[in-house]
Amino acid sequence: MSLKFGKALLGLAVLAAGGAQAQNEQFIPMSGYWVGPYAAGGSGIFGGYIDYVNMLNARDGGINGVKLTYEKCETEYNNARGVECYERTKKRGPTGASLVMPLSTGITYSLIDKGTADHIPIVSIGYGRTDASDGRVFPWIFPLITNYWSQNTAKIKFIASKEGGLDKLKGKKIVNIYHDSAYGKETIPVLDAQAAKYGFQVTHIPVAHPGNEQQAQWLQIRQIKPDWVILRGWGVMNPTALKAAAKVGFPRNKMVGVWWSGAEEDVIPAGDAAKGFYAAAFNVSGSNYPVIKDIEKNVYSKGKGEMEDHSRVGSIYYNRGVVFGIVTAEAIRTAQEQFGKGKPMTGDQIRWGLEHLNIDDKKLKQLGATGFMQALKVSCMDHEGGGAVKFLQWDGNKWNTVTDWVNSDQSIVRPMIEESAAKYAKEKGITPRDCSKEG
Amino acid sequence: MLYRETGQFKSDYAADQQLFPIRQDRIAIIALLAVAFLGIPLAAATPGIAGAIDFNYWFNGVLIPFLIFSLAALGLNILTGYAGLLSLGTAAFMAVGAFAAYNFELRVPGIPMLLSFVLAGCVAALVGLVFGLPSLRIRGFYLAVATLAAQFFVVWALTKFAWFSNYSTSGVITAQKIVVFGWVVDTPVKRYLLVLAVVCVMALAAKNLVRGAIGRAWMAVRDMDVAAEVVGIPIVRTKLLAFAISSFYCGVAGALYAFAYLGTVEPAGFELDLSFRILFMIIIGGVGSILGSFLGAAFIVLLPIFLDLSANAIEHTFGLALPSGLASNLTLIIFGALIVFFLVVEPLGLARLWQIGKEKLRLWPFPH
Repeated sequence: MSLKFGKALLGLAVLAAGGAQAQNEQFIPMSGYWVGPYAAGGSGIFGGYIDYVNMLNARDGGINGVKLTYEKCETEYNNARGVECYERTKKRGPTGASLVMPLSTGITYSLIDKGTADHIPIVSIGYGRTDASDGRVFPWIFPLITNYWSQNTAKIKFIASKEGGLDKLKGKKIVNIYHDSAYGKETIPVLDAQAAKYGFQVTHIPVAHPGNEQQAQWLQIRQIKPDWVILRGWGVMNPTALKAAAKVGFPRNKMVGVWWSGAEEDVIPAGDAAKGFYAAAFNVSGSNYPVIKDIEKNVYSKGKGEMEDHSRVGSIYYNRGVVFGIVTAEAIRTAQEQFGKGKPMTGDQIRWGLEHLNIDDKKLKQLGATGFMQALKVSCMDHEGGGAVKFLQWDGNKWNTVTDWVNSDQSIVRPMIEESAAKYAKEKGITPRDCSKEG
Repeated sequence: MLYRETGQFKSDYAADQQLFPIRQDRIAIIALLAVAFLGIPLAAATPGIAGAIDFNYWFNGVLIPFLIFSLAALGLNILTGYAGLLSLGTAAFMAVGAFAAYNFELRVPGIPMLLSFVLAGCVAALVGLVFGLPSLRIRGFYLAVATLAAQFFVVWALTKFAWFSNYSTSGVITAQKIVVFGWVVDTPVKRYLLVLAVVCVMALAAKNLVRGAIGRAWMAVRDMDVAAEVVGIPIVRTKLLAFAISSFYCGVAGALYAFAYLGTVEPAGFELDLSFRILFMIIIGGVGSILGSFLGAAFIVLLPIFLDLSANAIEHTFGLALPSGLASNLTLIIFGALIVFFLVVEPLGLARLWQIGKEKLRLWPFPH
């Protein structure tokens, strides 16, 4: 045992010596997963994230002259490994970890207390703890862009638009087929609230993990004869659902998926059965955007780049990673504008930057990401910042964007978030911040 | 030369029956405990040393998980190693412990933390007892399948019934603050000391349990249950006791996992995967050995970290940019190869290797 400790120590020492730090650097930990059952998501997203960071270094020399550095750490989507990665990388670089994107709801939960204690922002984009959108209770947690509840209200709006208006929802039947896990169950209360508000009927049907057997569920759906099916799937559950829908003859263009069922990897295995399927998205696919072209020019044309399979550049997952990169870089930039340009920022300063993040349309154009992601304005009250989604439709070869940004219904979501956050605050003995006193 | 017991005479039964009959072992274990209880925390409190080594990382990332997994492996080893009952439900019993401790803290005002840990262990023991009932009729692989039911049932029940997670929409629980007799456990070093103390006490209890009447009964049942019954060992009681005590250990480990390690847990975190990892720990460490539980946990927890760090170190020192995913996949390949290697070379595990080492040392440097 002691021998192994020694060896590990040696490894650490070599690492410390090898990565001798220049002072004008900003460190970003890249704790993701490149192996295991979810590797398609992990490698794609972190590929885009790392490529964007490298592109900034190559094109602009970092952010105002501060070079961005990073270190990869394999979490295998495993909570214990995720915590180990977090602890390992949190003090790297001259100012420690800038912010952490755990890319796993489980790891995000495990890091809530730790990030708060260590003053390192935990950013979860499109996953994580929904009620952390209430920044008064969760100052260090940023479930940015869109949370599951917001997305769900946008989905109902989308369905309404297809049916001809919100008033047409009355009497309609919607089935919510969900992955039977904490993640899958999360949207049940918000769907029930909407069903009561708009007068539609909703049936929740669970699918046991991993979801490669859905015969019984789809027979039940055939009996219900719903107008729409909401697919809240994960991994192998998605193509299986699409194939099962084809088998029972349920039209795929009456199915709407969450963004974790809306990547190329989710539909290609289903083949033709996936044609016509809709999915929500907070980023689009395609490489015809200036930001992706910049990555091609500054990274891939020089023989570098994270993706071994170059065709994945511009895929949904890859582009999502680029969105992660944009958010990270802009938070650092916002912090620098407040606390000193050209200096590495601490966790506290980046938290300020995240909370004052304002990526408007003008900024999006500058970044070359107009239409690629939505405008984002974060505040002390609202750690979500966007809340809108686009809907994509699979045509058998690629995802086509079929709507503009569809806004969420915060009149439903926000009170639920505040109620849940208040409960958490009470349980943990947290006094919520007074946002009017925050600078 | 150093490790020779010549001249150490036992003059009474007590001396002959003590935990570590050889003086060198006693000195080693006392030294190890001193380092663990005093040396490491003192070093972490010394500014000079603490500046050079990141102790928070060592506590949170390495030592605490190692100790907690050791405890879980110890629990499984009691059941599988000593009583010979194969179980794939370890993670489920950990989940029961974690959620029970959370609910005791939540619903019983002012309950002492240690008491809720003990009660959590008892709840896990009860659940273990229920799922241990099939062991009275079936053995081996069939029993493993029955414990598999425990694994799926517990995770399903914790997800299905929102009461367990206090109606949290996502089914995730957040551990309350740990206070032990007015001592607020809020820093990594305090959490480490708490976990270390619990693990030491429970390991000592386990060691004494397995060398007493109960342990002998377990081993008799393991080796041949018909013969054990013939010589008058009550099979029903022995088997169920093994399930209860094993689940108690796993339950406490689960409570520590939630409270002292992760802080927040969800039922999905206690998947079958975790049960397998703990099973690998005892297979590699040594089935039917207390020491083996610790060695196995160290191997499984530390080796991937070490391999990952080495891959990073190699990339940094040689300036290589390994293709993404290669390092991660290599880690898995090396890990798998090492497991196969160990199973081929020493199927009785690291504990047996340690024992062989000790026997060799006894003769060293003169082989005759």
